[in-house]
Amino acid sequence: MNPRGRAALGWWALILPAFLLLTAFYLAPIVQVLAISVTEPRPGFGNYERLFTSESVQRVILTTLRIGVVTTAIALLLGYALAFRVAMAGPRAQRWWLLAVLVPLWISVLVRAFAWVTLLRRQGLVNEGLLAIGAISEPLPLVWNEFGIIVGMVHYMVPYAVLPMLSAMREIDPRVLAAARGLGASRASAFLRVFLPLSMPGVIAAGVLVFIFSLGFYITPALLGGGKTLMAAEWIKLQILDLIRWGLGAMMATVLVVAILVTLAVFSRLVNLRRLFGSGG
Amino acid sequence: MGGYRPGWLNGAVAWITVIYLILPITIILPVSLTDQRFLSLPYHELSAQHYVRLLTTPAWTNAILQSAWIATASTLLAVVLGTLCAIGCWRLSRRSTDLVRALMLLPIIIPSIAYAIGLYRYFAGLGLLDSFLGVVLAHGVTGMPYVVITVSTALAAFDPRLESAARGMGASLLQTLRWVILPRIMPGVVSGAIFAFIHSWDELVVVLFIASRRVFTLPRKIWDGINENLDPAMAAVAVLLVGMTVLLLLLDLTLRRRRED
Repeated sequence: MNPRGRAALGWWALILPAFLLLTAFYLAPIVQVLAISVTEPRPGFGNYERLFTSESVQRVILTTLRIGVVTTAIALLLGYALAFRVAMAGPRAQRWWLLAVLVPLWISVLVRAFAWVTLLRRQGLVNEGLLAIGAISEPLPLVWNEFGIIVGMVHYMVPYAVLPMLSAMREIDPRVLAAARGLGASRASAFLRVFLPLSMPGVIAAGVLVFIFSLGFYITPALLGGGKTLMAAEWIKLQILDLIRWGLGAMMATVLVVAILVTLAVFSRLVNLRRLFGSGG
Repeated sequence: MGGYRPGWLNGAVAWITVIYLILPITIILPVSLTDQRFLSLPYHELSAQHYVRLLTTPAWTNAILQSAWIATASTLLAVVLGTLCAIGCWRLSRRSTDLVRALMLLPIIIPSIAYAIGLYRYFAGLGLLDSFLGVVLAHGVTGMPYVVITVSTALAAFDPRLESAARGMGASLLQTLRWVILPRIMPGVVSGAIFAFIHSWDELVVVLFIASRRVFTLPRKIWDGINENLDPAMAAVAVLLVGMTVLLLLLDLTLRRRRED
């Protein structure tokens, strides 16, 4: 073997341990989920038929999609405003704004759900405060329903929405806005006709990212939903741990994984996960 | 910024969003210092009783220690394998390692619930359920992508000719790694380690499925607490968790800045 080939072999040997670990303890369990979905309780596509026949399966999918879409829309709106403000700030201020995005990003999702429960429950700080100032006469139902889920999920997703949009906005030359203004465009039309279209790739990337993360969310909906509004992940847990219906749970997990991978594949040119975690986080 | 300033509406929405992001996290600090026995703001005075209770209750301290051990071991696993993998992918041609790079991102993309149920069955067959080793393997393999990404980013700024020069002058692969490549990408490795550690330290979904009695991590304890009884000790542990995450992040930002200078 020539020296170049031997060198390449050495580099491949560096990849091997990680690849083996990933195959043995990540890919194999995932493949097993796919296998269970077509073999239990009996071989065939019986579990997938439920997608078309079972009302409860369809309801879960619709709930998951609805909450995913609402969460994505709100997170994009808030995230865009925040990203725009950060992009327009000076370098020093930018660091502070960025810290305000990154700290929540990395704080435990459990801690955040706990904080929301503390604030929003019946005897929580928000209700107590509103009662004390006399704005309401009895506590508002702010948590353990869909409203609570969305408050918690948007809170989790805004940082993921900000980072791709910010990196797209940073590539826009800020002078184009000044030029548009100088040529007589109003503030609104300079933004709408120049900046917004240029930042669109970032918006789409952020939207895709937030949407696929929302689909498989477990902890926040489970804690803030109170068991009444079931999203896909919690439904899967219910099928498997409580009802021991492995086939059905595995089917839903497979649908989830396929839906996410297909979405990513369609938008693969726009969504750069490596850059998101490499530069932002 | 060249004659264009964001309007007041943009500023207002941006500020409201930041407050929405930060405020709920800060509210747990006063709640954890309450003098009451239930979740509330302090009535008469600040009290550290819930911290004392937290640090003297064996159930909590055991959970903290277990989480710390698991996070340390799985970070080590993720950092060593992830760094080597990133270096290998960097040196080999892009096309031949495309598949490996894509596969390495899967743990970030695929929802943990799908992985958790698969692992539950898989580990039952291997006898790894409710074992320290099992949780370390699961957290290690899901923490690896963060290391691969941060190290790859660090490598992108590294001149491959340095490596060729070292090899050309007769350094072995191991010597090149140790003396030429590793020192230059150390900040990326440390970033990756920090994220892998936070990942394991906070991970809950997989633990809910593959651990029950013997392995009982901190997130698991918090989860049970939120579902069963909400008491101020939970706020105290939440403050400790937030404090630790913030410290690790500041450490990372400082390291990044030093590297940029």
